[in-house]
Amino acid sequence: MTPDRSTTDERRPPMSDTTRPTGRPAASPAPRGRAPETPAAATGRTVALRGLNAYYGSNHAVRGVDLLYAANQVTAMIGPSGCGKSTLVRCINRMHEELPGARAEGGVHLDDIDLYGPQVDVVAVRRAIGMVFQKPNPFPTMSIFDNVAAGVRLSGTRGVDIKERVETSLRGAGLWEEVKDRLGERGGGLSGGQQQRLCIARTIAVEPEVILMDEPCSALDPIATLKIEELIDDLKQRYTIVIVTHNMQQAARVADTTAFMLTGEMVEHGPTEKIFSTPNDTRTEEYITGKFG
Amino acid sequence: MSASVLPAVDGRRRAKDKLARGVLLGLTVLALVPLVLIIYYLLAKGLGAWSKTFFTSDPTGRFLGDPGGIRSAIFGTIEMVALASVIAIPFGIGVALYLVEYGKKTRFANVVRYFVDVMTGVPSVVFGLFVYIVLVVSQIGGTFAAWKGAVALALLMLPVVTRSAEVVLTLVPDSLREGALALGAPRWRVITRIVLPTALPGLITGSLLAIARAAGETAPLLFSVAFVFGLQFDLSQRMNSLPLQIFNDVGQAQDRLVERAWGAALTLVLLVLLLTLLARLVQRRSRLA
Repeated sequence: MTPDRSTTDERRPPMSDTTRPTGRPAASPAPRGRAPETPAAATGRTVALRGLNAYYGSNHAVRGVDLLYAANQVTAMIGPSGCGKSTLVRCINRMHEELPGARAEGGVHLDDIDLYGPQVDVVAVRRAIGMVFQKPNPFPTMSIFDNVAAGVRLSGTRGVDIKERVETSLRGAGLWEEVKDRLGERGGGLSGGQQQRLCIARTIAVEPEVILMDEPCSALDPIATLKIEELIDDLKQRYTIVIVTHNMQQAARVADTTAFMLTGEMVEHGPTEKIFSTPNDTRTEEYITGKFG
Repeated sequence: MSASVLPAVDGRRRAKDKLARGVLLGLTVLALVPLVLIIYYLLAKGLGAWSKTFFTSDPTGRFLGDPGGIRSAIFGTIEMVALASVIAIPFGIGVALYLVEYGKKTRFANVVRYFVDVMTGVPSVVFGLFVYIVLVVSQIGGTFAAWKGAVALALLMLPVVTRSAEVVLTLVPDSLREGALALGAPRWRVITRIVLPTALPGLITGSLLAIARAAGETAPLLFSVAFVFGLQFDLSQRMNSLPLQIFNDVGQAQDRLVERAWGAALTLVLLVLLLTLLARLVQRRSRLA
């Protein structure tokens, strides 16, 4: 649980450091390297939100959020429906702006890269930050194999051994053993949980740095949910993971740190155990004890 | 006592229900009458004209002797409708793609939608007149020509293709577009690899129905192609077609020619029926609700 402390320590500087959007706070010795505080085997990157605001037309959905997602950690976003947690996550890979009338302001940084910078290609952002959606959405016209290969093919990446990539991705998503004999069948024929793991395989096939999960288990039964949760625990060896969830037990099970949002504002972010036992804010306490929701 | 909880069915209500059902059934049967009569007359009068030579010889134009068959009309219709499809289908699907994927709810897109709707309601004779003024009277590449007829048919097909394609493309779930975009796919790849393949059966169905409609149109061809007898493959020349053949024959004072018109009409209806059946078959394979 040592990384938790670094997370909370690093939360402060970005708030005061709003004028210079590039470069991480002083804690980082190497300006372009990977997050220094992570273990040697880890390859994930940090994501920092700085004064992030998001709007749907005139509706101000995310209000000035500062947050640091530590590398190779699972961060759960909790809060009542409509609190802006999904919107916030969609801002990280710039999917929010795909909706008509939607826009985002402020900074989202992947290590030291400003994802909203003028030089940044949206398509590249989405390759670096994968996303798994609430409802499994395998491509219905494609086979299981093609679904996993889709990420590589759609992004036009060359020089990849697709067969090998598909197998490693399906293994990584814990689906290989179940589908290896029917890779040519349509993805839509799988069960809901399998479909969701297929979507996870599709996401990791692109080899992102960060994986966003927007309520990935809310359409699944408890057993499928358990499998996904075990998978998340596995995946954090290689990726930084942000998971939006309605289910507080799930947050407690999978997340290293948990962030509580309310009406578009970040109320509290800290180690999961602390959030669920001795939160600093009374609103957090009221929410996790079920006084409102 | 139980009678007050579950009272017996009110006789008047039951009678009204029967009456209403009877009226609706009667109206439905009435609507079927002309349809059945059309098919009956087509078969009764058209089948008699059919023979092997009917399909393998061109109209001769002679007042006496053998009037000939409808070969040139069948080929002419197929050629012109094919050219019209090549023009209208990519155009129509392109417009629909713009409306659904890019234009969305913008003012311009709404204006386009409105004009497409208006175009759907424009009588086909107007398209014929338009082509007559713009392409025939101006003598671009001669006067009457098959390609000009194809242009008129394409104009007629365009709104039909666009409308149906727009509906089908809208049916493609946004979650698929999001899934592909989130993988780092550029928008054009999302469209060509995800949206179009998913919508394909619906796009084919819509296009086939538009083709079927164009195949039966007489008015756009009257002023743009003009009627000839002979077999023609040169699209810059005048060309025969089934609707014009029927139009021409049915007004003649010879029973044999009128009979040929019926035979040609039956052929045309069967062609359209075939296309419609094909459209239904493709639709059944669709993965969109």
